Amino acid sequence: MDMAQYIPVLLTKYNYWVYITLMMIGLWAMIAKNNLVKKIIGMSIFQTAIILFYVSIGAKYGATIPILRHGHNGAHEAIRTVDYINPLPHVLMLTAIVVSVATLGVALALSIRIHRRHRTLEEDDILTQLREP
Amino acid sequence: MKLISLALVVLLGGLFMAATADFPDWGDPASPASVHVSPRYIEKTMEETSVPNIVTAVLADYRGYDTMFETAVVFTAGVACFLLLRRRDPRPGPERIYRHQATGVIVEMRHKPAKEPAGEVFARIDDDWVPHDLIIMNVCRLLIPFIQLFGLYVIAHGHHSPGGGFQGGVILGASIILLALSWDLRTAMGRLSEAATGLMSAVGVFIYAGVGAMCLAMGSNFLDYEALGPLMFVDPVHARSLGIFFVELGVGLAVMATMVLIYKNLASEGRLDQGL
Repeated sequence: MDMAQYIPVLLTKYNYWVYITLMMIGLWAMIAKNNLVKKIIGMSIFQTAIILFYVSIGAKYGATIPILRHGHNGAHEAIRTVDYINPLPHVLMLTAIVVSVATLGVALALSIRIHRRHRTLEEDDILTQLREP
Repeated sequence: MKLISLALVVLLGGLFMAATADFPDWGDPASPASVHVSPRYIEKTMEETSVPNIVTAVLADYRGYDTMFETAVVFTAGVACFLLLRRRDPRPGPERIYRHQATGVIVEMRHKPAKEPAGEVFARIDDDWVPHDLIIMNVCRLLIPFIQLFGLYVIAHGHHSPGGGFQGGVILGASIILLALSWDLRTAMGRLSEAATGLMSAVGVFIYAGVGAMCLAMGSNFLDYEALGPLMFVDPVHARSLGIFFVELGVGLAVMATMVLIYKNLASEGRLDQGL
């Protein structure tokens, strides 16, 4: 395994490397950061990486958006699969984006509740408070 | 602790990057995701539903169950925010602040006045957020109707162009949030009350499930819109197109109301009296 064999991989699959970097930034924020809001930001970055990954899976060279060409007189040309990108990842991510906004709202609501009780959002301060009531 | 997590993250990222060698190339038309079920959607959508936007057709028809429960998830998130944050106790301190509309002078009342001096002359405003910028307020006032019109267009034209219930619902919700940001929360609440948002998010999910149940009542499967053809005097293909539209309306209503509900509760820490 020398580095030279990874260069063609990097050239054709660089998109995945970008998402993996983003995903790892999000994961790092989720496990290493002390502040709850920073953890939530990490979760959002992670979700965005997944969304980008799915959308890139649907891409095809030379294809257009998955909306069929259609005329007013009802006549349409023969539909070729290679002309349109894969619609399925777009459907899945469309709902995932809205659901991620909703989960973000619930996460922020929970952190407001935690702040109301403990007057802090730092995880270790909350843990000390919980250990010594 | 930070070192351990850094090592873990770097290790995991390295493993993922090594695994990308087996992944399909960028833009490969023969990638596994593009050769199994998606060609069928691309080829059959037009003849089966007469909806050119494949994403809309797959979202609301072929994968109707998925979208129904996604809408239910959005509704549940709104209810969860409400239950977690909503509180009835009023904010402490002097809370009655009014702005004289003509001059912009701000009047503070220590005690609750017997008669609210509101109306055209005085407007009650928030004490921690006192936006008064003539340009921002009036530009937003002019802009918001057009934003809402665009939101309705995105919902209604989702069959033929990018759009649909989720996107249009978010645009409509954002227009109300913009009103709350540029004026104040109280003005936005006057336009769309708490009861209205709660009711609308529930009604949205109800419309979706109701369209599905109506298909059941017509003797077909749940969310099989072809069964609605005789009710609307159209052929089965157009019944599917119209069924998608009704379902998208429900989604748009639920998403819009839930976004506003979540924003109101978060911005005012659940008191819904004042805030950003």
